[in-house]
Amino acid sequence: MVKRWAILILAFMVICGLTVQPAVASYKIGAIFSVTGGASFLGDPEKKTAEMIVDQVNQAGGINGKKIELIVYDDEGDATKCNLFARRLINQDRVLAVIGPSQSGLTMAIIPLFEQFKTPLISCAASHKIVMDEKTGKPFPWIFKTPQSDSMAVEAIYTQMQAMGINRIAITSVTSGFGASGREELLRIAPEYNMEIVADEKYDPRDTDMTAQLTKIRALAPQAIVNWSIGPTQVIILRNWRELGMEKITFFQSHGFGSRHNIELAAGAAEGVYSPLGACNIAEILPDDHPQKEVTMAYLKDYTARFNEPLSSFGGHAWDAMYLLIDALRAVGGDKAKIRDYIENKRGFVGQHGVFNFSPDDHNGLTKEAFHMVVVKDGDWALVE
Amino acid sequence: MESFTFTHQLFQFMVTGLTIGAIYAMVAIGFNIIYNVTEIINLAQGEFVMTGGLVMVFVHVSLGMPLVIAFVLTVIVVTLLGVVLDRLAIHPIRQPSVMTLIIATVAASMIIKGAAMLVWGKNPYDLPAFSGRVPIDIGGVVLQSQYLWVIGFLVLIAIGLALFFNRTILGKAMRACADNADAARLVGINVQQMILLSFALSAAIGAVAGITFTPIALMDYDRGAMLAVKGFGAAILGGLGSFSGAIVGGVILGLIESFGAGLLLSGYKDAYALMVLLIVLFIRPSGIMGSLELAKFKRF
Repeated sequence: MVKRWAILILAFMVICGLTVQPAVASYKIGAIFSVTGGASFLGDPEKKTAEMIVDQVNQAGGINGKKIELIVYDDEGDATKCNLFARRLINQDRVLAVIGPSQSGLTMAIIPLFEQFKTPLISCAASHKIVMDEKTGKPFPWIFKTPQSDSMAVEAIYTQMQAMGINRIAITSVTSGFGASGREELLRIAPEYNMEIVADEKYDPRDTDMTAQLTKIRALAPQAIVNWSIGPTQVIILRNWRELGMEKITFFQSHGFGSRHNIELAAGAAEGVYSPLGACNIAEILPDDHPQKEVTMAYLKDYTARFNEPLSSFGGHAWDAMYLLIDALRAVGGDKAKIRDYIENKRGFVGQHGVFNFSPDDHNGLTKEAFHMVVVKDGDWALVE
Repeated sequence: MESFTFTHQLFQFMVTGLTIGAIYAMVAIGFNIIYNVTEIINLAQGEFVMTGGLVMVFVHVSLGMPLVIAFVLTVIVVTLLGVVLDRLAIHPIRQPSVMTLIIATVAASMIIKGAAMLVWGKNPYDLPAFSGRVPIDIGGVVLQSQYLWVIGFLVLIAIGLALFFNRTILGKAMRACADNADAARLVGINVQQMILLSFALSAAIGAVAGITFTPIALMDYDRGAMLAVKGFGAAILGGLGSFSGAIVGGVILGLIESFGAGLLLSGYKDAYALMVLLIVLFIRPSGIMGSLELAKFKRF
């Protein structure tokens, strides 16, 4: 009896082994996003985008005949969970590389892990600290990121202001990580562009009225206001600006404003507002000869058709990370060190948020040109000439 | 722009503060009605405001019903929500301690918030202002017509409640429950019904706050908690249980926030409000209008 069982089990194992064998011939990629929780507006489109790309590539025959196997974990915006999942991806799932996390703080928390286990990480979070080791002054060898840094948005805004002859400005920012980081960069870069900052006002992410802050700014009569926030506050402040009749003070929004939903919500108040946006946000209005026209239009079409919801620029960061990795796998196969070397030397990668030129000193690969200055005109974006 | 003087600024801060304060006051009144009858703090009060705003968006914008009908319908829907909250979460609890009931309202607020997120998603929604978006300019001070609606409704609610609690049998019966539930029961007042009524009334007032507020500040599923905290602060500041206190507390809180943000560092706006709240509680633990004598008889 025991013998028969043993034979059965043995036979079972052999059959399993045989059937598993073909599945081994796939590339395992990990992903960690904040799919639920407070930052779900980042993680949700990122997860959807990554899964969509994997389906598309696999349906088209995979990478050199090998399928991609994507393992996605949801960190719920929690650094502890993020760390746990990162360990699981590296040690148990044994993935070749990981994309994500969605947030800068969480990325910072797992960088040491990826450095230790020599696994490439392509983050979808914006902070420039992700790709700059402050101790050595060089990027972390195994860490890359696809979103533009805040400093690039600031430079794009200041460049536009100079062209318009503006040099007296007021800053308003939300007291969240996004607002604080943008405010820091606005203050840091201002001297380079001879910007005089006459007011530096803040508000809470849950605030419902910024009339007081704007009233104060109005009395100081700057030429322009730069606002750095995400969520409802960036719409409310815009309405307050319009209601107070402050149109003479030009309004600049951060790249967080990049959703048409915001223009609708502003109910006409967004007219004439400037904002630096990635190509991904404005695919339809890009000129046909723009290098990113093709990829952004394709992504826009696929995403809206599949998920029946408006495209989010955050999903674009996951698109860039995924295709960067797929590109590397196609070129060098499933070897971690070779993938890392390939991405580090990748030039002219046309993505959703810019044309990436990586180098050993730059693991983001973008410049301020990755942002296009747009202005709201007749309820839609228009490129600023 | 040159004629925009310091006096103008002060008036602008005042107008804004009064409006925000009126909303806080409405939330605080909602807290007080339930507190007076049941001695519990209904932590789902902010959720009534949020639901009011979002239901109004659905009825008025999505279904396209006229303003007045949509308004009435929304108030009815949210009032029903208050009734359901009482019947499902408060009423079934046997031998309730005040703390158990408060925890039940916390759970209810999470459920309502979660349900709202599933129904409306995470995006904020807008509502057209009742009488257009053209601001009224009074000598350089800008007034949104919606501000007047908010303040007007607060006045209406205050007058209505004063009449209700002082002139009608039902209102007097509710006050009797507030003073002493056992004695009220002895004289034949159905205390359970009064509790139900208090939840309905609070929900209705919350709905009005949400409806009038959404055109100014948009509304999303996540807004309830913050409004509840501010409204609770206003209720404490004015004296828990006192209606005039709720209005005074709300307006003071709104004004402090507005002037604090405008004249001092705007980042610490909430801190100024909390500081004033703490100072008042040190000097008068019962709040501005509250009575310490009365508070001694309360369980919470």
